Order: sequence, then C-alpha cells, then structure tokens
Amino acid sequence: MNKTVIKGLGLLLGTGLNAGAAMALEGDAQRGQEASATCVACHQADGSGMNVPGGESWPRLAGLDSGYIVKQLHDFQEGRRENASMTLFANMLDDQQIADVAAYYSQMPVTPAQGGEEVDDALLERGEQLANRGDWDAYIVSCKSCHGPGSEGVGSDFPGIASQHAGYITAQLEAWKNDERSNDPQNLMGAIAKRMSDEDIQAVSAWLSRQSVTAE
Amino acid sequence: MKLSKITLAVLGASLAAGLGVTAYAASGQSGGAEQPYQGLTALGYPAPQEGQLVHVPPTMADLEEADIHPELKKVIRRGYELFTDTQQLRGKNVFNDMNCSSCHLGEGRQPFSAPIWPAAITLPGFRGKNQHVNNLEERIAGCFAYSMNGTPPEYGSDDMLALSAYHQWLATGAPMYPDQPIYGRGFPAPPEPELEPDYARGEEVYQAQCTICHQDDGAGHYEDGEYVFPALWGDGSNNWGAGIVRTHTAAGFIKNNMPLGQPNSLSDQQAWDVAYYMVSQERPQDPRYTGDVDETLELFGPTFHRNSRYGEVREHDDHRLADHANTGEKDFLKPWNVGMPRFEELSE
Ligand code: HEC
Ligand code: HEC
Ligand code: HEC
Ligand code: HEC
Repeated sequence: MNKTVIKGLGLLLGTGLNAGAAMALEGDAQRGQEASATCVACHQADGSGMNVPGGESWPRLAGLDSGYIVKQLHDFQEGRRENASMTLFANMLDDQQIADVAAYYSQMPVTPAQGGEEVDDALLERGEQLANRGDWDAYIVSCKSCHGPGSEGVGSDFPGIASQHAGYITAQLEAWKNDERSNDPQNLMGAIAKRMSDEDIQAVSAWLSRQSVTAE
Repeated sequence: MKLSKITLAVLGASLAAGLGVTAYAASGQSGGAEQPYQGLTALGYPAPQEGQLVHVPPTMADLEEADIHPELKKVIRRGYELFTDTQQLRGKNVFNDMNCSSCHLGEGRQPFSAPIWPAAITLPGFRGKNQHVNNLEERIAGCFAYSMNGTPPEYGSDDMLALSAYHQWLATGAPMYPDQPIYGRGFPAPPEPELEPDYARGEEVYQAQCTICHQDDGAGHYEDGEYVFPALWGDGSNNWGAGIVRTHTAAGFIKNNMPLGQPNSLSDQQAWDVAYYMVSQERPQDPRYTGDVDETLELFGPTFHRNSRYGEVREHDDHRLADHANTGEKDFLKPWNVGMPRFEELSE
C-alpha cells in the first residue's frame, strides 16, 4: 500500500531535489483523513476539488503522487509557491501532517474534471496536439514527454495533469507565464508555458480536463 | 539577397545564389512567417545565413490536406508512427529503449536535432562510416544497427518503405543534390571548450541537470512499461557503433537539445563536460567488433572511433571501455546489414 510513497521518495531523493528531512517522514492515510478536515471545504471529501468558472478553481488532489503533494505543501509554507488561500491552510500543518494528507489524497481514485465542456472541435484538436505531439515550430514540447503516457504523471516530479480541472490548469500555466509560479525544478515547466499563447493554454486545458484516468 | 524579401512558397531549387528557402508549398503555417526559423534565434540558435539551404518540412497536418494518393498518405502516416513509436518493433528490429525520435526531436523535422529530410535529398551518396555509396534505406538501416542496437527491417519491406516514404515526404519541395550547405543539419558541436572536457565536472552537470529525467544510472525511465525518458547508457541505450558515442556529436546533441525544452541553456564547457561523462559509460558492443578491441580499433578507428572513447581506459577507475562481449538485449552481435559488401565488381 505504501509502495507509491516509497517509489516517490526514491525518485525525489535520487534527484537530490528538496530532499529535506521532512521528506523522509512516512505518511499515514488514516491520520491524513483527520488532518484533512479543513481541506474539504475546497478540495471536497472525495479530493475532486472544483472547477470555478470566473473564479479561483480548486485542484483535484485525489490520485496525485504523494511526493508531489508533500513538495507543494512545503513550497507553500516556505513561500516558493504563492497563493493566499493555500498558504494559510498549508501553514496549519506540521511536517508529519503533510506526509499524512499526502498519503491520504494519493490513495484516492482520480475523479473526473470539469471546465472543458463548451469548446469546439478545432480547439480540442489543438489541445490534443499540444498534449501528445507538441508544437515544435514554437518549441512547445508535448506535455506527455514529461508528464508521461496519457499525461497521467511520472514519479513525484511530474504530476498527473490529465483529468485536472481546466480552470486550474489554465491558472497554473498563466502563473508560470507571468512569473507568478516558479517552484518547478530547473524551470522545466516555466520554459514551456512561456512559449504558449492564451489560445494554446485554453486548448490544452480543455483537452486535458476531458481525459479520464482509469484506476489500475 | 535580403532575407526579408523572401516569400516562401515560390522559392525553390531555382534560387541560384543567396539563401535558398524551400517549403512545402501548401503549408501556410509551418515555419510560421515569411522568414522561417527566426523564432529559433530567441532560443540561442544561429539564424539562417546567406548561402544556406533553408527548408521547412511539411507537418502531419499538411499531409491530411495534401493532394496525393490516399494510399501514399497511409504509408507516410505509418512511417511517421514507426519513427515516433519505434518501440512497436521491440524484439524484432529494436533491442533497446529508443525511438527514432529519441534523438531526432520534433518528429525528425527540427533543425539542429539532425532533421532527417536531408538524407532524402543527398543520397545516394558516399558515406565515410562504411566507405561506400548508400541510399536512403541503407542510411535508415544504419540507425537501426547502431542507434537502436537492433537489426533493420528488410530493404523493400513494408516497414522500410513506410519509413523512407516519411523521410522523403519531409523533403517535399527541397532540391535534390543541393550545392548549398543545409541549415540546421546534424548535431553541430559547440566550439572547442576552454578546458579539456572533464569527467568529474561532467558528472556534476549530469547530477544537477539530467538525473531528474534520465536517472542516476543513466537508464532513463519507463512508466508502467511505457517509454518516457530514454537511456543514455547501459543495455537500454545505443551501442558503441552509434554516431552519438563520438564526443563531439554527443556535445552537439546535448548543447542543441537538452535539458528537454531548454536548448542552448548549457554553456559550451558544460555541454562538452557532460557529453564526455556520458560517452565514458558502458553500452552494448559495436556490431563491427571482431572479438578483440584493439583489432576493432585498428579497423574502425580511422573512420569512426578516433572520435569516441572506444578502447580507452577510464581515468578514475582504470576501466577499459568497450572491452566486453555484451550485446545488450539482443542475442546476436552483427545484424545483416553491417559489413554487407557493395559494388565489389566496380572496385577493381
Ligand atoms: C480556501 C480553499 C482551500 C482550502 C481550504 C485548501 N486549499 Fe489547497 N488549494 C486551494 C487552491 C486555490 C489551490 C491552488 C493554488 C494555486 O493556484 O497555486 C490549492 C492547491 C493545493 C495543492 C497543490 C495542488 C497541485 O496540484 O499542485 C495542495 C497539495 C493542496 N492545495 C492541499 C491542501 C490541503 C492538504 C488542505 C487542507 C489542509 C487545503 N489544500 C486546503 C484552495 C484551498
Ligand atoms: C520539460 C518537462 C515538462 C513539459 C514538456 C511539460 N511540463 Fe508541465 N510540469 C513539469 C514539471 C517538472 C512540473 C512540476 C512543477 C512543480 O514541481 O512544482 C509541471 C507541472 C505542471 C502543472 C501543474 C500541475 C499541478 O498540479 O499544479 C501543469 C498544469 C502543467 N505542468 C501543464 C503542462 C502542460 C499543459 C504541458 C504541455 C503543453 C506541460 N505541462 C509540459 C514539467 C513539464
Ligand atoms: C541514439 C540516437 C539516435 C537514434 C535513436 C536514431 N538516430 Fe538517426 N542519427 C543519429 C546521429 C548521431 C546521426 C548523425 C548526425 C550527424 O550527421 O551529425 C543520425 C543521422 C540520421 C540520418 C541522416 C540525417 C542526415 O542529415 O543525412 C537519418 C536519415 C537517420 N538518422 C534516421 C534515423 C532513423 C530512421 C532512426 C530510427 C530507426 C534513427 N535515425 C534513430 C542518432 C540517432
Ligand atoms: C525534462 C526531462 C529531461 C531532462 C532534464 C533531460 N533530458 Fe535528455 N531526453 C529527454 C527526453 C524525453 C528525450 C527523448 C526525446 C523524445 O523522446 O521526445 C531525451 C533524449 C536525450 C538523449 C538522446 C537519447 C539517448 O537516450 O541517448 C540524450 C543523449 C540526452 N537526452 C541527454 C541529456 C543530458 C546530458 C541532459 C542534462 C544536461 C538531459 N538529457 C536532460 C528528457 C530529458
């Protein structure tokens, strides 16, 4: 059951990235459920989050890699990633609780996403192209090159982005574009996001949100 | 001739002097503006120079629109799929973790990532590596034997025909046997570094910039059995006969293409150092191996291995590189195309 945790840690430690002492803590999903009482208002009891058109969307946490969740929560705490609502809630957790909620959410099945419903076929086709083949004339490397087959994630460093809410994906890509998010290792994500037009972002967000991720 | 005066589609082989720009005529978008590849300068690549052949290959979207026989479209599409997912030939023609597009980025269209269409307009031609005249199929077969540590599909077979059709389709509109140098061809090496390439410095670059994807042991990463990050050395990688084991070719590939998405972000020194580190690791034996490293070196040193570390002794651990009979995942050393005699009757 803890296989994902251990695998994730291996990857993180192997890369020497953020391998602080806190990372070594083993998470307990049971305790994580208790610690997540304050999170459900936004991320929902099933971890599905919510697409909020015109507002701030809450990301799906269900099925995200535990190592990735741990890193993000520490990044919020230490100001490497900035967001008013999340910093507040991340600060309520100690290192052990971070490991616990990460274990809890990572074990939930991936839920469907919203925000890609009312888009035309041309836009979806563009989104599919960007996700699976990229657009090398603009040096936009395909999402799946890093986010893995189906863009469902690779280890702890490359989170699953398929079946994530379109509003959230758009917000993150815009944040990288505008230098408001820069906690990615080696600027790997920022370099790509900066080459994307607003339409590219809309297209790939819509397409990704419509992909279903089936449990293994 | 001024670069800015050039309009794409009308220019072709007839352009005698100046910048030769060709492109697939129907493609309004590929390459973007009237001046192709200008966007690449922002990524640290040189702009096209006067006197160079600049060609913008068609995309797969252009193929859908193209006015060619639907059967040919099918075959080109098959070639594209084989090129970008060569793993479907695993165990048959491919015995490592690579796709053709692992090294030829951007589906074989990308400048400075050894775009593949130049082969279609320069071959048949003489190749130094095997010292005879090769055609396109034989060139493709070479990458199977060495880069894929495998054995090529038969000449004239469906898979070979599909792959060469894809190469040739990308060359649509480019002149045959051009007399101008080709913009963005190959993996041009960065200028010689100030300091001799160094293993320890290379390892540092590798740890800081490459392990997140290619892993500490260079074995790359498969996720649930599916290709994600290819192996840089070891059994999952290319063998000792592949072009990329030459330090300058490795440095050229890395400088122009890695870390993924961030071309030209390494300094020239870093690119040479990390290339040197990578080519100082073990990989499957060169299919031209005679059973003896010294003899193999004698035969293929002058045409190839003088630029690789084949047979050299590694400084830090006294390991002699390539002194082994490991063929990786395949259970044979030499595929059918390696050492195949050619034009013997002409060579009296
Ligand atoms: C008030 C709403 C709200 C609450 C409550 C909340 N979050 Fe969040 N959370 C957000 C928003 C909004 C984001 C996206 C932040 C951004 O845009 O950078 C987010 C992002 C995250 C992320 C990063 C996800 C990713 O894919 O990168 C994690 C992990 C997370 N929250 C965990 C938690 C946990 C654990 C709790 C409870 C302790 C919690 N959140 C409580 C709104 C909330
Ligand atoms: C060169 C590698 C690379 C490529 C290509 C890439 N990404 Fe990323 N992406 C990353 C990394 C690394 C992260 C994790 C950042 C972190 O740790 O905070 C990331 C994170 C993200 C996130 C934030 C996820 C979350 O839960 O907060 C989104 C959204 C995203 N990428 C979208 C995309 C899209 C869309 C594409 C294709 C157009 C793409 N990425 C291509 C490396 C890449
Ligand atoms: C391990 C990296 C690697 C892989 C994998 C690889 N190649 Fe290559 N390829 C090279 C190198 C290196 C060159 C030589 C570039 C140069 O001239 O500097 C090359 C050259 C070529 C050329 C000639 C390009 C020219 O300018 O004339 C063709 C065609 C080609 N490869 C096709 C393929 C095909 C088809 C596959 C898959 C079966 C493949 N390659 C797989 C590394 C690779
Ligand atoms: C974000 C992930 C990522 C990083 C970081 C990265 N690579 Fe790569 N690399 C790739 C991918 C993916 C490919 C294959 C391209 C494809 O399949 O589209 C590749 C291909 C290669 C290849 C050719 C194929 C092979 O296996 O030999 C070499 C050599 C290489 N990388 C070296 C490096 C070096 C050296 C660094 C560090 C300076 C580096 N890479 C950093 C993802 C990465």
